[in-house]
Amino acid sequence: MAKICCIGDRDSIKGFAALGLDIFVCEEDEAADKVLKQAVDNGYAVIYITEYLAALAKKQVDRIDKSPDLCVVPIPSVKANSGIGVKRLSEAVEKAVGSDIIFNKESTK
Amino acid sequence: MAVMNVNPTRMELTKLKKQLITAVKGHKLLKDKRDELMRRFLETVREAKTLRETFEAGMKRVNSDFLSASGVMSAESVDAALLYPKQEVYLDIDTQNVMSVNIPVYNIKTRTAHNSDIYSYGFASTSFELDTAVKGLSDLLPVMLELAQKEKAVITMADEIEKTRRRVNALEHVLIPMYRDTIRFITMKLEENERSSRARLMKVKDMMIEQQIEYKRANR
Repeated sequence: MAKICCIGDRDSIKGFAALGLDIFVCEEDEAADKVLKQAVDNGYAVIYITEYLAALAKKQVDRIDKSPDLCVVPIPSVKANSGIGVKRLSEAVEKAVGSDIIFNKESTK
Repeated sequence: MAVMNVNPTRMELTKLKKQLITAVKGHKLLKDKRDELMRRFLETVREAKTLRETFEAGMKRVNSDFLSASGVMSAESVDAALLYPKQEVYLDIDTQNVMSVNIPVYNIKTRTAHNSDIYSYGFASTSFELDTAVKGLSDLLPVMLELAQKEKAVITMADEIEKTRRRVNALEHVLIPMYRDTIRFITMKLEENERSSRARLMKVKDMMIEQQIEYKRANR
């Protein structure tokens, strides 16, 4: 039975605790990588991480993307929505198709 | 023209012809796989995009609800209300095979029987903003899970499409032409050998006839 967890600053993720997801609070920028790695080691299959921290721990996120049974999803934090989640999708489209034909139209609007 | 480093023999020729047939067949199959994967991929991306938009809009609402809740209540009481959950969430992970790409399928399992059993606090000491926020987040949970599933699918499929495309290109532009060229090279070489041995035989025959004529002339 796999588990789900949330990583982020306290204000952004405390709501998820009420739902029964495990939360890892990470307030320092430097610790993002370490906390994410810890979550993977503890056997969490789906990891929600705030976009800000996802950008900081990009290397680790890329590694998780390559593994077939782990999944990391950036979520917007209380402070801002930096659009990394959409950017990830658009990058995948660009990789597969050659040019971004789905999200491209939006940005030119 | 790229020719493989092989001996121009009939055995090699038969072997190469077989390999060429396999390569052409493989190329066709991989091309079909690529096209189908691309179709499914674009479908999934569109779904993921809609899900993400819904999710982000929902999160925005939930976050503002939480902010207003923490405006009314003290930070400690909000923490106390939220951080001891009644509910626990588990995932049952299945995989679905889409064109030999394994895509996870998440089924959510909760500890308490009823889905709406989400409030981990008594209503007496908390504000109604917190209830709205928690309710909103709980409604968002299925969307979040589906989003995770779709995003994972998108990323794995993108990798697989790239890989398949490279294979198709390698077969189309490198392997198949190389087999064709080598087969032509061996056929030519064999024909050339045949011609040269025939020429040699004719030469020998000429020489033998000449010898016989001379022999007859001497004995006359």
